[in-house]
Amino acid sequence: MPPAVEVRELHKRFAIPHRRYSTLKERVLHPFATRTFEELNAVNDVSFSIQPGEFFGIVGRNGSGKSTLLKCLAGIYRTDRGDAIVRGRLSPFIELGVGFNPELTARDNVLINAVMLGLTRKQARERFDEIIAFGELEDFLDLKLKNYSSGMSVRLAFSVAIQVDADVLLIDEVLAVGDAAFQHKCFNEFERLKAAGKTIVFVTHDMNSVERFCDRALLLERGRMVSVDKPGVIARAYNELNFGRVRPDLTAPPPEAVPRDDDGGLGPAEIADAWFEDQHGNRVASALYGQPLTMCADVRFRTPITDPHFAFYLRNEARHIVLAGTSGSLGEPTGAFAAGERVLVRIAVGNWFTSGIYELTPSVIHPDAKTIIDLRDDLARVKIYGGPALGGVVDLPYQVTLERS
Amino acid sequence: MSAVASPIETQQPTLVGNDLRRFWSLTWTLAVTDWKLRFYGSVLGYVWTLARPFLFFGVIYFVFTEIVSVNKAINNYGVCILFSLVLFNFLGEAVGGCVASLVTRESLLRKMRFPRLAIPLSVVLTALFNLGMTLVAVLIFAIASGVYPNPHWLELPLIIGGLVVFSTGLGLLLAALFVRYRDVQPIWEVVSQMLFYASPILYVATTVPAKYADLYLANPIAVLMTETRHAVVDLSAPHPWQIASPAMMLLPLAISLCVLALGVWVFSREAPLIAENL
Repeated sequence: MPPAVEVRELHKRFAIPHRRYSTLKERVLHPFATRTFEELNAVNDVSFSIQPGEFFGIVGRNGSGKSTLLKCLAGIYRTDRGDAIVRGRLSPFIELGVGFNPELTARDNVLINAVMLGLTRKQARERFDEIIAFGELEDFLDLKLKNYSSGMSVRLAFSVAIQVDADVLLIDEVLAVGDAAFQHKCFNEFERLKAAGKTIVFVTHDMNSVERFCDRALLLERGRMVSVDKPGVIARAYNELNFGRVRPDLTAPPPEAVPRDDDGGLGPAEIADAWFEDQHGNRVASALYGQPLTMCADVRFRTPITDPHFAFYLRNEARHIVLAGTSGSLGEPTGAFAAGERVLVRIAVGNWFTSGIYELTPSVIHPDAKTIIDLRDDLARVKIYGGPALGGVVDLPYQVTLERS
Repeated sequence: MSAVASPIETQQPTLVGNDLRRFWSLTWTLAVTDWKLRFYGSVLGYVWTLARPFLFFGVIYFVFTEIVSVNKAINNYGVCILFSLVLFNFLGEAVGGCVASLVTRESLLRKMRFPRLAIPLSVVLTALFNLGMTLVAVLIFAIASGVYPNPHWLELPLIIGGLVVFSTGLGLLLAALFVRYRDVQPIWEVVSQMLFYASPILYVATTVPAKYADLYLANPIAVLMTETRHAVVDLSAPHPWQIASPAMMLLPLAISLCVLALGVWVFSREAPLIAENL
């Protein structure tokens, strides 16, 4: 079976003039002004294909070109190079409620919108009751649309949109509004469309809906394809792309770092480095909530010392100490260290932190447990993402049980 | 769903689209919506479509038949003015509406695969609806002043057709240019004023000195209105080709067709890029 959507080496370039002449006067006054352009490759060499009946997600950060790609697919923008082939009837809209007029009643708007979506006027009238029933808006038929709440107009728009007889649907950010009950209804409707063999191309940056509906997804970054894969993989890649931006900060000294009292070898030990690791031992700048996380500190000894303590603080963005710990939890003394010896302190921690940035302050403490040998404030930082974010400082795992009597 | 039978769509912005019925139904819907919106929220609603020209024409008619008496020699001068005025208003409304039409409807162009031509055409269509209604008011004035319908009135649809061709061409041209150059709007306002006085509306073509007649009737609007006066108001008034030399009549015809061709050419050249230039 040939793919429903086939995109081959698609390019879309926008020329952004450095100086835009929007009036004739300016054009006439500067006839020889060189028109220089900044070229923006909004969609750059993108190829993929979508099978009939597939629910395909296009994700990417703001400005990654996902909407431009959709507009190329929809025939709103002219492509510069490459092909975008759609087999089957394509729904003409990419956003809900296009052409809604706030001055008109819901009744008029439904009929107009239905015609714009490709129904004939007769079909529009025939399906009118069905549309209104789906949106549950029977009581507001003769209300002007400007008096509708945003949730209500989305309901109306969605109800009309699903009436469109198309084989391939293009949807840009659809589920942002609407109450929970209606969203549920929309989800069911998506399932129905999917079951009916419709191909759906869905642009969003809501990873939850990508994972929930899409069979496959495409990740775009700066107009280029990063990958096409299963939604779970893409969602993770997207999060890494988003939060991976913290990474460069790691190489620079953290802004709040206290200048270390570099006592020129007077102290018996120093902390050379600290970082976070994932379960594979790779240094990471970000970590998914729930994934194993290890805090590491590289300590070098200058003079022999016996049984020093290693300690750490982990602070969140609000500068609260979320976690504090020491090597005392080893349950035994740390032992003797010779001059020039190195030790790698690893602290594996259950990663139940709520989303945000965390900074690690490692320290080495004298065996008397009173004097600090070395302490480096905020030496390492990590971004935690993907947590439940219900408002807790930490999101410890918990179990809910309901016992009915 | 048979893959063989389903159409393969090449995804480029379209002027008309591949479905003429859909194109027409979109154009029609846009025009009707615009027309409806015009009177939305007014108490008298559609009555205004008739009442407004009626009141307005009452003033014009009175002023030009009772107060300004320069043209007593012209038969049914008032009715003549009304017809010319209504036709010119159509042109002004159609072209003036077209100018900003693409920009005001940008959401349709940017969020939807929308045949580009439907937008300016719907503006012309709305203007045509309005013309139809105002002509009813004019008819009442005409009959009241003793100008009765006769077979020559059948020329009127042809005259209006000519006007539609000219204003569509002009509208397409200006609509496409306006996307790039916003000063098309003030330019058109000045030009339409010039056209108003360069056309036989407040006066008649026979009063134009003979030495200017050829030049004067190069204006397609002047030709159409002179013919309107002959066919509709006063059969004793001359045809345009009796005022200027008949061969010169090719000039306004050529101008109209050139404007239409130029409009269509510029519009179709700009159409694929409209969504990104808005």
